[in-house]
Amino acid sequence: MITLKDVMTWVNGELLTPEAPLELECPKVFASDLMSDVLTSAEPGSFLLTGLANSHVISTCSVADVAAVVFVQGKRPDAAVVEQARGKGLPLVATKLPMFEACSRISALFGEKTHGR
Amino acid sequence: MAGDAVFRQEFPIKGGDFAKAGAVACRIKDLLKELGIDTRVVRRAAIASYEAEMNVIMYAWEGRVKLAVSPGTIRITVDDKGPGIPDIDLAMTEGYSTATPEMRELGFGAGMGLPNIKKNSDTFRIDSDVGQGTRLEIIIHTDGHQP
Repeated sequence: MITLKDVMTWVNGELLTPEAPLELECPKVFASDLMSDVLTSAEPGSFLLTGLANSHVISTCSVADVAAVVFVQGKRPDAAVVEQARGKGLPLVATKLPMFEACSRISALFGEKTHGR
Repeated sequence: MAGDAVFRQEFPIKGGDFAKAGAVACRIKDLLKELGIDTRVVRRAAIASYEAEMNVIMYAWEGRVKLAVSPGTIRITVDDKGPGIPDIDLAMTEGYSTATPEMRELGFGAGMGLPNIKKNSDTFRIDSDVGQGTRLEIIIHTDGHQP
């Protein structure tokens, strides 16, 4: 099982919502800056990687049952957006890695865990 | 039938009110969860509501969402006062969009909204009068029926 803590470690991420459960399972990942695509294609329970850091990301994740968000490329939501996420119990992580690098590292994490090293 | 509804609620939406975007869909989601409806069905209703809510905010002047839940059925109607849609077939085409660059910067306006509402509905109806407004009717069965 891959957890929120694993994802944070592999992307050198900073947790923006301190009370988030680090053992939260990450079954799938969806990466997009387009919330329309999250609404059409992200599977429930997925983690979202995105370079968009506004309140619409939080609303979209809440509606689409996205389990956690990783903001890439040094993007950080403002305090009001973080509060909105905390109110909905949505964990937020920020990483300085660009989108491709963050995706690559998480892909490697999935590879390592699924091949049972 | 709407007359059989055991639960009803109405929600106003103001056109251009991006700050409150998602509030109606999140409220509908919470209410349906409280009614004990299957989470997969709740998710479909929430996504359809959210897309419809965003359309009102992005394109219309004002709108009203009516939620009516009866045994086996969720009915969501969205009436707006706005410019209307001149060509509904074109608007229903995936990727067709009249969104402004500002809307796209917010992560919306990819031309997927109406098709995605239809995808998440068991029955979807849309009528529009140019210069007056648009009316959507979304019906979702609560028995786990998938699109």
